Amino acid sequence: MSKSQLIGRTIAELHSLIKAKETSCLEITEAHIEAIEKGDERLGAFLSYTFDQARAAAAHWDERLSNGEAVPLLAGVPVAIKDNMCEVDTRTTCGSKILENFVSPYRAYAVEKLHEAGALILGKTNLDEFAMGSSTEHSAYKVTRNPIDPDYVPGGSSGGSAAAVGAGFCVTALGSDTGGSIRQPASYCGLVGMKPTYGMVSRFGLVAFASSLDQIGPFARNVEDCALTLLAIAGHDKRDSTCLSQSYRDQHAKPALTKAFIQEFKSRSAEENLKGKRIGIIKELIGDGIDDDVKAPILKAAALLEKCGARVEEVSLPHAKYALSVYYLVATAEASANLARFDGVRYGHRNMDAAELHAMYYATRNEGFGAEVKRRIMLGTYALSSGYYDAYYKKAQQVRALITADFHKIFENFEMVVSPTAPSAAFKFGAKSDDPIQMYMSDIASIPANLAGLPGISLPCGLADSNMPVGIQLVGRPMSDASLLQAAQGLETALDLKLVAEKIKSN
Amino acid sequence: MALEAVIGLEVHAQLKTNTKIFCSCPTAFAASENEQVCPVCLGMPGVLPVLNKKAVEFGIRTGLALNSKIAETCRFDRKNYFYADLPKGYQISQYEKPICLGGYIEVNGRKVQIHRAHLEEDAGKLVHAGAAGLHCSDYSKVDFNRSSMPLLEIVSEPDLTSPEEARLYLTELRNILRYIEVCDGNLEEGSFRCDANVSLRPVGQKELGTKTEIKNMNSFRAVQRAIQSEIERQTALIEKGERIVQETRLWNEAEGKTHPMRSKEEAHDYRYFPEPDLMPLTISRQWVEEVRKSLPELPAQRRQRYQSDLGLSSEDAAVLTETKELSDFFESSLALEAPAKAVANWLIGPATAYLKESKKEFCQTALTPQNMADLCQAVSSGKVSSTIAKQLLLDLMAEGGDVAKLIESKGLAQVSDEGPIKAILQEVLDKSPSQLADYASGKVKLRQYFFGEAMKALKGKANPQVINKLLDEMLPPVAAG
Amino acid sequence: MISIKDVQHVAKLARLSLTEDESRQYAEQLSRIIDYFDELKSVDTEGVEPMSHPIAAVNVLREDEVCPSLPREVLMANAPLRDGNFFRVPKIGE
Repeated sequence: MSKSQLIGRTIAELHSLIKAKETSCLEITEAHIEAIEKGDERLGAFLSYTFDQARAAAAHWDERLSNGEAVPLLAGVPVAIKDNMCEVDTRTTCGSKILENFVSPYRAYAVEKLHEAGALILGKTNLDEFAMGSSTEHSAYKVTRNPIDPDYVPGGSSGGSAAAVGAGFCVTALGSDTGGSIRQPASYCGLVGMKPTYGMVSRFGLVAFASSLDQIGPFARNVEDCALTLLAIAGHDKRDSTCLSQSYRDQHAKPALTKAFIQEFKSRSAEENLKGKRIGIIKELIGDGIDDDVKAPILKAAALLEKCGARVEEVSLPHAKYALSVYYLVATAEASANLARFDGVRYGHRNMDAAELHAMYYATRNEGFGAEVKRRIMLGTYALSSGYYDAYYKKAQQVRALITADFHKIFENFEMVVSPTAPSAAFKFGAKSDDPIQMYMSDIASIPANLAGLPGISLPCGLADSNMPVGIQLVGRPMSDASLLQAAQGLETALDLKLVAEKIKSN
Repeated sequence: MALEAVIGLEVHAQLKTNTKIFCSCPTAFAASENEQVCPVCLGMPGVLPVLNKKAVEFGIRTGLALNSKIAETCRFDRKNYFYADLPKGYQISQYEKPICLGGYIEVNGRKVQIHRAHLEEDAGKLVHAGAAGLHCSDYSKVDFNRSSMPLLEIVSEPDLTSPEEARLYLTELRNILRYIEVCDGNLEEGSFRCDANVSLRPVGQKELGTKTEIKNMNSFRAVQRAIQSEIERQTALIEKGERIVQETRLWNEAEGKTHPMRSKEEAHDYRYFPEPDLMPLTISRQWVEEVRKSLPELPAQRRQRYQSDLGLSSEDAAVLTETKELSDFFESSLALEAPAKAVANWLIGPATAYLKESKKEFCQTALTPQNMADLCQAVSSGKVSSTIAKQLLLDLMAEGGDVAKLIESKGLAQVSDEGPIKAILQEVLDKSPSQLADYASGKVKLRQYFFGEAMKALKGKANPQVINKLLDEMLPPVAAG
Repeated sequence: MISIKDVQHVAKLARLSLTEDESRQYAEQLSRIIDYFDELKSVDTEGVEPMSHPIAAVNVLREDEVCPSLPREVLMANAPLRDGNFFRVPKIGE
């Protein structure tokens, strides 16, 4: 089997090839390493590579498989992880100079689970520094290009992971999503990207940006692979107090996300997966502020949902317009505290010239943090500071409760809601970097799901005038991750787009 | 203008759990620096706190023992500031919704009110190199063994009125914490730390004066001295018509006075906000009841019982309940049917004196409750005199042993036979004719002399009652007039 | 509106040092963002409990059992400066 034939495959395809002994984990790994070596210099998806570790793991799994062991969920599947997730024997920089040489002695839970599932981790991907950004332009190290068109940003903050999957460098990748940082790059790169219900995936080992909003989730080129990757990494972890217990999942996640469930919805037709589903289209997110060339494919997709038997009706999220303010107050407040540990004392960069402790703090953090991070830290500090707490932070958390209540009201009569993932398709480098608010606006459609802790998935549904992909977003009830994936599968089947697959083949 | 002192005390009690409050590192004494740490208590990237159930239980336990209300719901908050011993750049504490509210401690028959108690994590330890203290040091070193140790911060109302009362409050609080076994209560070792808030106001005024915070008091005596010193300092200023500056002052034991902390940074803006990494606590009344059932009898309850049921005086009851061990020993002795008043006297008198002199803790002595019961029995049955018994007690405390065996081996048995005593008495009388004559002429005090000589000759083992009875018989009548 | 002085105060709380130019620049950017937040004033939040967690779990507790962690050398491997088994920091001034 030629190496290039192994690129751009789905997990199911790779597993058939492995089972049929037409390829091996090692061969798959080498093929993807070669693709990376050929193309990553241009694309800039990765910050570091873990090729030897991947080769060793591949050889290990090949041996176990040859002994007749059952094929684990992600065996032989090359993956990449965003560089804000801790992995051993490699650096975790968070796209920041302040962690330039930090080597974590522990693995993130999600990373452990990938290893257990047989996945082959090829490297750490680029991101906006500390996950703060919407274009990956704020990485302290490099820029990542959109694999569809290199003049465009891949989105952010998980731009590197999106680019790696979009370019065929890996099959799936992990990102983190605080305000849309998985879904928005997925939509910009023509991929499937999902943020699970808050608490489904342990945050242990994910360097915190905003604790009550962050979740780890998968990128993939199709819904099935996205679902399988989520299945591999979800689970109770007692090291994370915000991670849902097994008994809670058993009680509330109905249907449960299992391999059987995924195989079942994969085998069904679009109509079978969508019939009877009540889907609300959020009017506040399909009006002003959304580009016309985004509205069009969304509305078309909505019509398609109806054709497949879903009931699509307009719904209202009355407090939607406040989501941006709420997010930029809550997330930055939490971040300002979460980033206080980067002080040069126990790890990371330290300015060695400072003769006094606090002077050292100032110099270290000055040198270590980029402008966007500083901006957000100051914003968050301001929101929490004496005299401003009630008007800003507390107020924001109250409006957050109202937004969440808006969703629950909708969910009384609908199983999920639909909207564009982002107000526009990918933009060109530099187009939004001068105006922070312009940049923040990229998240208006994705933020509400984070505020309410709801699962959200983005899949490609068409092209904008620029020929860059447009993503459609489904957001479901808490714990409805499996149903959401099922509906997404239905829509994917109905849309039958092959944007990315074609792009990879043409490379 | 007569001024009165208003004192409030903040105590940080380190809880005796096996593991730290937010991670599973051990709390036991660490032999070397940074030996009992993990990514969580080092504040490394991506780690998260997980709350120790036992710490919550100890919080409930303490609240009950202090007559506080246990909150139905409470939560944790982040207290944000930068310092080398604070790994995350924030401390996880409880600000808005603490675990315990209100409560009181009885001091001198008065209920001193408690404001609240809350759970929080401790910071690491700083060692300043190149100098005796923070100032003028060349650099500092940080040990995170103590980072995330569980603390219960107990804050009193500004309800104490004198340095002495403050000291009594602290001793009783420490006593209670030791009774319920949540804290070692060791001020010198740092498991029990205290800060004081001191202000003055004209007698009768309801409004509080400006307060200062006093830190760095490392013994109960220091607390008393420091508060006294601060009261004097403030009094002098007020009398001169000067204002009191609200500040933090450090007690200097060697100098016997307080100094303002070098930099009173503009009052910290801690920017408290709810801890998003920890879920709230809802403490069911059922859990509270379970904890309440497991509480031992508290010092105040024991003191009450000793007075009402056993007829001991309040002073005696207070001494007996000063430490849990002494009190438990007392209880165990009574369980072996030793008489309460007798045991009380032995413990309060000679035993306590011995402890003071030998500088030992009660648990370091070898005396057992069985010893105590046996000893009381030996005295009441006349087997040994009380003088001998006292020596026996001291021997038992020092070296232990069995009462009966010691009496035997050391030949301590009391002589109660009239025969031998009569013989000795006769000898004494025979060799003291002038004293006898003086006695007969009216110097009745000399009876003590004969008594003493007889007892001496019998090496203290004579039964005093028998000596007296024989003296009554053998001494000449005293001349009238 | 956030003044340059406010920005410098906030920077100090966060241990960030800014030049005069930076202070001015950040003040401008932050002002625009903060002014944007003023829209929240018009939302009626009377009686609304602030939402700190998106999930309703309570009482997530751990048993009081020691769990050995990584060796000291591993945990201190990233230390910028050590003094024996201590983390070393510059002298502490104000």
